[in-house]
Amino acid sequence: MTETQTLSIREAINQGLDEALRLDPKVFLLGEDLADPAAGVNAVTRGLATAHGMDRVMNTPISEAAIVGAAVGAAIEGYRPVAEIMIMDFIGIAMDQIVNHAAKLRYMSGGRTSCPLTVRTAVFAGTGSGGTHSQSLEAWFMHVPGLKVVYPSNPADAKGLLLSSIFDPDPVLFMEASRLYGVKGDVPVGDGYRVPIGKAAIARPGTDLSIITYGLATSASLSAAEALAAEGISAEVIDLRTLLPLDIDTVVESVGRTRRAVIAHNATTVAGPGAEIAAQVSAKLFGALDGPVERVGARFTPIPARASEAAVTLNVADILSAARRTLGVVGV
Amino acid sequence: MTSLQDAPPDSTTAESVTKEQLSRLFSSMAREEAVDVRIRNGIKRGEFATVIWPSRGQEAISAAIGLALRPDDRLVTTYRGLHDHVAKGVPLPEIIGEVLGTSTGASRGKGGTMHIADPDHGVMMTTGIVGSGVPVAVGLALAAVKDGVDRVAVVTFGDGATNTGSFHEGVNLAAVWKLPVIFVCQNNLYAEMTPVEETMAIEHVAQRALGLGLPGVTVDGNDPVATYQVIRDAVALARAGGGPTLIEAVTFRFEGHYAGDGGKYIPAEQYAEAKLHDPMVTFPRFLLENGFTAAELDEIRQQAADEVEAAVKVVVAAPPADLEEIRTDVYADGLVVTHD
Ligand SMILES: Cc1ncc(C[n+]2csc(CCOP(=O)(O)OP(=O)(O)O)c2C)c(N)n1
Repeated sequence: MTETQTLSIREAINQGLDEALRLDPKVFLLGEDLADPAAGVNAVTRGLATAHGMDRVMNTPISEAAIVGAAVGAAIEGYRPVAEIMIMDFIGIAMDQIVNHAAKLRYMSGGRTSCPLTVRTAVFAGTGSGGTHSQSLEAWFMHVPGLKVVYPSNPADAKGLLLSSIFDPDPVLFMEASRLYGVKGDVPVGDGYRVPIGKAAIARPGTDLSIITYGLATSASLSAAEALAAEGISAEVIDLRTLLPLDIDTVVESVGRTRRAVIAHNATTVAGPGAEIAAQVSAKLFGALDGPVERVGARFTPIPARASEAAVTLNVADILSAARRTLGVVGV
Repeated sequence: MTSLQDAPPDSTTAESVTKEQLSRLFSSMAREEAVDVRIRNGIKRGEFATVIWPSRGQEAISAAIGLALRPDDRLVTTYRGLHDHVAKGVPLPEIIGEVLGTSTGASRGKGGTMHIADPDHGVMMTTGIVGSGVPVAVGLALAAVKDGVDRVAVVTFGDGATNTGSFHEGVNLAAVWKLPVIFVCQNNLYAEMTPVEETMAIEHVAQRALGLGLPGVTVDGNDPVATYQVIRDAVALARAGGGPTLIEAVTFRFEGHYAGDGGKYIPAEQYAEAKLHDPMVTFPRFLLENGFTAAELDEIRQQAADEVEAAVKVVVAAPPADLEEIRTDVYADGLVVTHD
C-alpha cells in the first residue's frame, strides 16, 4: 500500500512545486508576488522562496506578456519554468506568448526548439469576483495544437498532474480552481508520484448514465450522482483531468456501457468543452445512445456580481435536470 | 548617448576596426542583399510564389550584429529578418528553403519566412507577431545568467514594435533584472504604411530607454562601422553583467512593407533622400576610400550572388514537406490529436 498524507489542494500544489524545484535545477518559478512573505494572493508558493531562494522563485512586475514570454525564452534554452498567471482572467495579456509562441515553437522549428513550460493559473469561479475575475476560459486553449490543458479536481491529482506538467516536454496550461484550494484528500508521499497527462479517471463507477466533468465541476457532478443514487439511478462520473489531449477513449468506453451522457463544466455551455465532447461521443456512439448527449455549464452572460453569480454558473440542479432529460424522465 | 545630430550619416570612421572586420561586414551585407534581391526577383518573374518582407536598405545593421556576436550568442528576429538570419550564419538553403516552404528549410517547410529558427547558429526564434520577440529574448538572457555563462541575447524589431505592450513589459523586466540582452530597433521610419511620426510623440525610439532605466543609443543604421561599435559596446556591457541596452539604428526600407508593396505612401523626396544613404552604395564608397580595391569588392559581391544562386538551385529542386512531416513536431512525443 502506498503511504499517503492528507493535504489540501493548495498544499499538494505547493508540495509538487517544492519537489520539482528540488528534483531539477532547471525548474524555476516566476510570477507576481510569488516570493515570501507574501507568497501571492493564492498563497500557493508559501515558503518556496525561503527554501529555494529568490533566483528560483522570482517575483516579477505586473507584466503577464513578459512573464510568459521570458518563460518561453528560458524554456527554449532547456529550463522548465513554471509561470504563474495570478487569475485566469488576466491570461489574455499573455495569450500571444502562449498560443503563438509556446504552443508552436516546436512545430515551426521542425523540432529544433522545444518549450517545456508550465503556466499555472487560478480560476476564481464561484468567488463572487465578477466579470473580469471569475471566468473559466479553458475552451480558448483546447483549440490550440501544441498545447496541453490540465485541470485537476483533488489533491492527489493536483500534485501528480503538476509534476507531470512540469516535466512534460511540451507547454502545459495548468488550471487551479481557487474554490478548491482548501479541499483535502490523501496524497501519496514521495518524489516519484505522477499522474499521467491525458488519462481520465472514473471518479465514481455507475451503470445508467455517464457524467463527464473535470476541475471545479467535479464535486457538483459527484453530488448530482449521489442525489441520483438516492432515486435508484446509478451515474458514473468521469473526471477528465486533462482537456487537451482529451481521453476520449475512456469517455466512449463509459458511455458505450451506460448509453447516456451528460457533460458538466463551469465554462459557458456555448462553444464550451462540452460541445467538443458531445460531438465526439455522438459521432462515435451514434445508434448506441439511448438519449441525447446533454451538456451543462455557465449561462452565456458575463459573470455577474457576488449575489447573482450562482444564478449563471453550473450547479447540481442543472446536472440533475440534464441527467433526467437524457434518461427520458418526463416533466423536467 | 550619441544622437543622429552629432553623428551625421556616412561619417564612418574606421577607428578600432580592422580591414578584416570591414571585409566581413561587407561580405555579410552583400549576402543579405543578394538573398533579398534574388527572392524578390524570383517572385516577380513568377519563378516561385511566396512572400517576404524585404530588408533591402537595412543590411548594415544586421552585418554589425553578426560581427559583434559570438556564434553561441542568441538572436530573436522578425518577419523582416532574412538579413539577420544571413548575418548570424544560418545556412542559405535553410533560409531560402523555409521562405519557399521546401524540405531544405530550417524546419523542413513548416515555419515559413516569418518563423525561421536555427539554434545551431543561435537563431532561437523569428516571429510574425510585432513586439512579441522582446520578452522571449529576455528569457534567453535569463537562461544565460542562470547557466552562469557570458552569452548575450539580441532581439531585433522595428519602430512600430516599440509601441506594443510586449516591448515595454520585456524591456522593463530586463532592466529590473539587469539581464544580458540588447534590444536593437531597426527604425526604418515606417510601420507597414504608417510613418513613425504618426505613432510616436517622441523623436527617437532610444528616448524610451530613459523611462525604463537602461541606456538608450541612437546610431546611424546605414553606417555599419558606427552601428557595429555601438552594438559591440552594448554586448561588452551585457557580458560583463552591466545589463541591457536599447539601441535605435535609423535606416530605411526601400522595397515597401512586403514584396509587391509599391510604397506609394512614401513621399518621393523622402525616398530620394534615403537613397543617398543606401548602405550598399555608401559603404562600398567608403571602403574604396579606405584601402579596398574595386576588384576586391566585385569579388565579394560576385561570391555572394553565386552562393545565393547555388542555394536557390538546391531549394527549388527539393520537394515540399509531405503530410507525414507536416503532422510531426506538434507535440514532443509524436502525440497526434485528432477527432477521428
Ligand atoms: C501584434 C501585431 N499587430 C499587427 C501586425 C501586422 N503588422 C505586420 S508588420 C507591421 C508593422 C510593424 O512595423 P515595425 O515594427 O516598425 O517593423 P518593420 O516592419 O518596419 O520592420 C504590422 C502592423 C502584426 N504582425 N502583429
